Amino acid sequence: MSILVNETSRVVIQGITGREGVVRAQLMKDYGTRVVAGVTPGRGGQEVYGIPVFDSVAEAWEKAGPIDISVIFIPAALVKNAALEAMDAGVRLLVIIPDRVPIYDVLEIAAVAGEKGARFVGPNTLGLISPGKAVLGMIGGRAESAREWFRPGPVGVSSRSGGMTSAISYYMTQAGLGQTTIVHVGGDAIIGLSHPEVMELFNEDPETRLAVMFGEIGTTQEERVAELIEGGKFRKPLVAYIGGKAAKSGTRFSHAGAIVEGSRGSYETKVKRLKDAGVHVVDAISDIPKKALEILNQIA
Amino acid sequence: MARLFEYQSKRLLKASGIPVPAGSVASTPGEAREAAARVGKPVVLKIQVWVTGRKGLGGIQFAETPEEAEEKARALLGMKVKNFVVDKILVEERLKIKAEYFAGLVLDDAEKRPVLVFSPSGGTGIEELARLHPEKIFKIPVNILKGLREFETRNLLIRAGIGGNLLVKLADVLARLYHVACQNDARSAEINPLVLTEDEAVFAADCHLVVDDYAVFRHPEMGIEVAREFDRPPTELEKIAYKVEEKDYRGTFYFFQMAEKNLRAEPYIGFHGAGGGGSMMSMDAVLNRGFRLANFCDTSGNPPASKVYRAAKIILSQPGIRGYFASGSGVASQEQYHSARGLVKAFHEECLAVPAVIRLGGNYEEKAKEILRTYLKELPVPVEGYGRDDTPEMCAGRLEELIAKNPGRFHSLRPIEDPVYPANGYGFDILTGKLSIDHAKCAGCKTKGCVEACAPRILKLEEGRPVLAIPAEDARRGKCTECLACEIFCKFHEQDAIFIHLPIPGLKEYRDEGIREESTESE
Repeated sequence: MSILVNETSRVVIQGITGREGVVRAQLMKDYGTRVVAGVTPGRGGQEVYGIPVFDSVAEAWEKAGPIDISVIFIPAALVKNAALEAMDAGVRLLVIIPDRVPIYDVLEIAAVAGEKGARFVGPNTLGLISPGKAVLGMIGGRAESAREWFRPGPVGVSSRSGGMTSAISYYMTQAGLGQTTIVHVGGDAIIGLSHPEVMELFNEDPETRLAVMFGEIGTTQEERVAELIEGGKFRKPLVAYIGGKAAKSGTRFSHAGAIVEGSRGSYETKVKRLKDAGVHVVDAISDIPKKALEILNQIA
Repeated sequence: MARLFEYQSKRLLKASGIPVPAGSVASTPGEAREAAARVGKPVVLKIQVWVTGRKGLGGIQFAETPEEAEEKARALLGMKVKNFVVDKILVEERLKIKAEYFAGLVLDDAEKRPVLVFSPSGGTGIEELARLHPEKIFKIPVNILKGLREFETRNLLIRAGIGGNLLVKLADVLARLYHVACQNDARSAEINPLVLTEDEAVFAADCHLVVDDYAVFRHPEMGIEVAREFDRPPTELEKIAYKVEEKDYRGTFYFFQMAEKNLRAEPYIGFHGAGGGGSMMSMDAVLNRGFRLANFCDTSGNPPASKVYRAAKIILSQPGIRGYFASGSGVASQEQYHSARGLVKAFHEECLAVPAVIRLGGNYEEKAKEILRTYLKELPVPVEGYGRDDTPEMCAGRLEELIAKNPGRFHSLRPIEDPVYPANGYGFDILTGKLSIDHAKCAGCKTKGCVEACAPRILKLEEGRPVLAIPAEDARRGKCTECLACEIFCKFHEQDAIFIHLPIPGLKEYRDEGIREESTESE
C-alpha cells in the first residue's frame, strides 16, 4: 500500500504547457502515473507528451473522466485561482508545486478545502512519490533517476526540505530500505498536509512499518507530531532529524506570534518534545538509515 | 518577512480608520521641530528601527517644546542601535495614558487560520505575561471566507472583561485591525500598546506590521526594497541580488552577505547552496573546516542556467574570498546541467582564480560533472565537480586541500564590460537578456552544433547560419529557456560566435566602486 497516490489514481496537470509542466508531465507519465489530462486555458485541443490538454479542469473532468488529483504548475500569483478551480470541479487532492504563493492565498485555499473535504500538499513542494506506483510533481526529476533513487519498501518519509526529501530517501534505498510513500510537505510556514497529518496517514497504512521525518526549525509541526504520538494516534516507530540547529533562532519581531506559538518552533523544543514522546531523534542525516535498519531488525 | 517601520504601519492603520496619535516622521532636527510645532503639544520622539525595547536603549525621548524636540532629535538621529543607524524618527503627541491593551493578528500554522489576539494587560512584558498568565490572553480564530463579524470581536472583548463605551471603541479597532492585516497581506499585525487616554480616547500608540514576502508584489506603494527578513538594512549587493530574484520567477535565488568588508583578513569562502536543508548541511561542512562564509546563497526550485549564472556573478563580486563552494542536498530533482552551465559561463567571464568545489548531485549529475570537467579545465586553479555519493564533508575537505595547495590566492574584482555586438550581427531578445550571433564567424563552423545543443529546439539553419525557428516574440517570452547550451558549445567547440548577454542591473557600478576602493587600499 501507499498513501495519497497509487497506480490507479487519476491525475490532471494544471499548467501542463508551461516550462515546468511540460518537463514533469513526461516524468510522471514515464514513471507510470495515470495522467489523464492537462489544463491550460486557451490551449484546449493540444497534446503534451500524448496527454490531451483542456481549457478548464471541469472540461477535463467531463471529457477525460473523473479526476482524483491535480498537480499544479502555475506561477505563484495565479495559484489560488487554479486551486479553487480544481476543487470546484470536484478534485479532492491538490499538489501545489510553486514557491512564493502569497500566504493569504494559502489560507483561502485551506478554508475552501476544509469546506469541500479536499486536501492539498504544498505549496513550495517537490511533490510526492509512491515508489513503483506513481509520482506527483517533480520529485526525482525524470523517471529514470526516480526509479534508481527510490524503491518500494516499508518506510514512510515526510520532509520539509525538498532536496533532503530525495537525499534521505536515496540513502535509505542505498541501505536496502525501500519506501511506501515519500512526501515533501513543502517549505512554507502554512501548508496543506503537514507532518502530523502525513503521520496519521502512515499510521493507517498497513505496509508502512516505520516513518522517517525531516523537520526544521519554525512552525509547530514537529511538536504536533509529538502530541499525536502522546495521544495514541501514531503508533509506529519514528526516526527524526531536525535541521536548523546552527541557524540563528529567536529573531522574532512579533509578540503576537510568540503569544500563540510560545516556545514552540525552536530547535531545542522540537528535539525535546519528540524525544519525550519516544521518537528516535538523530544528530546526523547519515544516522537515519542506520537507525531505521536497527529498529526494523528489532521488530523482525 | 518584510517588516514595516512603526511610522509606515501607523499610516496604514490611520488609513483604515484606527486612531493614531497626531504626528509625523522626521529625518532632520529641523523637521522634528516643525513636526512638534504642528502637534502643538508636548511630544514623544521615537527612533524608527527594527529593534524591540527602544525605550531601554534611549531611543524614546520626550520634549515639551519644538525647540526641545529639535535638540533631542539631534541626539537621536545618527545614533547607532544594534545593526542600524537611526535615520528617521517619529514625532508624536505625547498621550496621557490611563490603560494599555494588546491587540494583534497572527496566522496559526496548525489551524491554517488567522487568529485575533487581545489582552487587557498590554505594554512591555506581554510575552512574559502570556507565559505566566495565559488566562489573560484572549484569542479567536477567524474564518477567512466569512471575515470577522463585529459580534465576534465584542464577544472576545467581553470575555476579556471589557464593557461599556470602551467595548464599542475597542471592538471597532479590532475589526479594523483584521482588515488592515488582510488588505496588506500581513503575516502579523499588532498594536501594543493600544492606549486608553485619560480623556477616554483610544489610540494605537505603537504598532507593527510584518508583510508576507510573497505578496509584496501586490503592494508597490509600500516601497519595500528587499522583501526578506533582515536584522539590519540590506547591503548594496543584496539589493542588486534581490532585483534579479524579483524579475525572474523561475526557481528561487536567495542571497545575503555575512561579511562585507576586508574579507582577506580571514579565510572567507563564497557559498552557493541549493535548497534550504541541503544548504544548511553544506554550510556546516565548510564551517567545520575552519572557513568563514562571506555570504549565503541558495539557487533552487529548478532555476534556469541564467539565474545560476547571475548568482555566481554576484557571489564573485566579493573580493578577497579564497574559494567557491557550491553544494546542495546532493540528490536534486532539477536537471543539474543547468547549474553547471551557469557556473561555467560565470567562471570564465570572471577568469576564476580561486579553487572551487561544486557538488551537483542529483538528476543528470554525470552530465553536469562532465560539463564542469570539460569546460573549466583551463582555469588557472582546479574546479572539481562531485555528485550524490560524495558527502558535503568530503567536498569541504577537498576545498581545504585545494586552497592549501594554491596559497595566497584571493578573488579580485573584474569590471563588468558592456557587450560589443558585431556590426550586421544577428540577435534576438530572450526573457532576461539578449542573444547575439556573429554570422560572419559562422562561415568557419563545421558542426553547426548550436542547433543540436539548443534544448528547446528553437534554432534552425538558414543558408548555413543559425537563426530563430520560432517567432521572435515567443523567444522573448520564454521559449528560449536561457539554458546557455548554444553559447557554451559554440565557445568551446566552434567559432565563439554566440554571446548571451544577461545583464545584472547595478552590478557594473557596484564593481567599479569596489575596484576603486581596492586600489586606494593598496596604495
